[in-house]
Amino acid sequence: MAKNLESNSYTVLFASGMVIIVGALLAFVASSLQEKITENKRIEKQQNILYAMGINNNDETSVEFVSKNIVAAEFSKYITKQLVISGTEAVEDPNAYLIDIKKEATEAKNPNYKRRLPLFVGEKDGVTLYIVPVRGKGLWDAIWGYIALDNQLVVQGVYFDHQGETPGLGSNIKERFFMDDFKGEHILDGDTFKGITATKGNADPKNLDKTDFEVDAIAGATITGTGLSTMLKKDLAMYIPYLKTLKQ
Amino acid sequence: MGLLSKKDAKLITDPLADNNPITIQVLGICSALAVTAELKPSIVMAVSVMFVLAMGSTVISLIRNIIPSKIRIIVQLVIAAALVIIVDQILKAFAYELSKQLSVFVGLIITNCIIMGRFEAFALANGPWRSFLDGIGNSAGYGIILIIVGFFRELLGSGSLLGYKVLGDAIEKTGVYAYGYENNGFMLLAPMALITIGIIIWVQRSRNTSLIEQN
Repeated sequence: MAKNLESNSYTVLFASGMVIIVGALLAFVASSLQEKITENKRIEKQQNILYAMGINNNDETSVEFVSKNIVAAEFSKYITKQLVISGTEAVEDPNAYLIDIKKEATEAKNPNYKRRLPLFVGEKDGVTLYIVPVRGKGLWDAIWGYIALDNQLVVQGVYFDHQGETPGLGSNIKERFFMDDFKGEHILDGDTFKGITATKGNADPKNLDKTDFEVDAIAGATITGTGLSTMLKKDLAMYIPYLKTLKQ
Repeated sequence: MGLLSKKDAKLITDPLADNNPITIQVLGICSALAVTAELKPSIVMAVSVMFVLAMGSTVISLIRNIIPSKIRIIVQLVIAAALVIIVDQILKAFAYELSKQLSVFVGLIITNCIIMGRFEAFALANGPWRSFLDGIGNSAGYGIILIIVGFFRELLGSGSLLGYKVLGDAIEKTGVYAYGYENNGFMLLAPMALITIGIIIWVQRSRNTSLIEQN
């Protein structure tokens, strides 16, 4: 080849060319798939909310959402109301589930911003469930979830998910053995909000005590567990004033 | 092997044993520590790395004659990262559930030193077909170690394999737990992965003493 591969001008030319090609390729892929990805995320959100309510295709140990094809129908069937909460007030908003929790949390750092708190009201087997979305920090990245409470503020089901927790350790927060432990847990001690803490020390491994505000933590996933407990305390607390009005 | 010449076949078989990227070259240790607490993520990681390494090696090898050597490392990184991101985006659009399972691994794949190591050591100097085979072979060698470590860590640490409780239930005290057996929680922590890999290296070198360095 006649070209001098080591010359500075060729190096700069090659680098620029590569960046343009790769950049264009990535931009093209990302923008042409954007719509589908957003749609998938929306469907997933509906599936997650329904999962927390106990509407899923679980067998003994698996985590199985209702299928993609019927999720929209199931969602409108079981979710009776979508609310946006502020303090003890609630305003109905049929698209509250599209509110971006992450964005709201960032905006809320500005003291003048009035944070919109979505709450989903569902009905299953004659029981009214209130599903609260939560979002927090794990070890490596974000963790989030949906907590279904009944009107006595007892947990009826949860769904947790994560962006990038350690596979086999922190990532187990989305496994059945962990999520199922939350069922039946109380979050109020009399009138005081306690939240639920993932606790180490094997105090109650079979999780028989439902009023201790604790579930058994995952071995080797201390920071994910602590993050999860903090997430529950912080985010549920914002809903407590409203949820308490339901209890009466 | 009819399809492969003897020399080509060696590209695949060598990294499985006596030139294993993890136990001999000691590459890719970081991800071996990170994902082997259970068997399933080990397998997923092994398959993903195989895909990226085989594809990346082929691409690098195709353009090896026009890469300026001053910036070759950056070029390799860009190609590996672009490949991973494109695959991730496509999965997100067409196989969302699968992409959810893999999302954790994306960062780990891009920074995997085996990938850079093989691009640098092999793909830059060899043709696309041989580079492809080298990629498959090395990722298989990497995968085998990952699966062995994952097997022992999950079995001894959680008493299960692929999530199935093969040793009985630790809380209900059934199976071997009825005789006082306890799970070793230490197996779930990263240091035990390192120790397990150390044991594998030890076993391998005592079986094949020519692998021991003389100095």
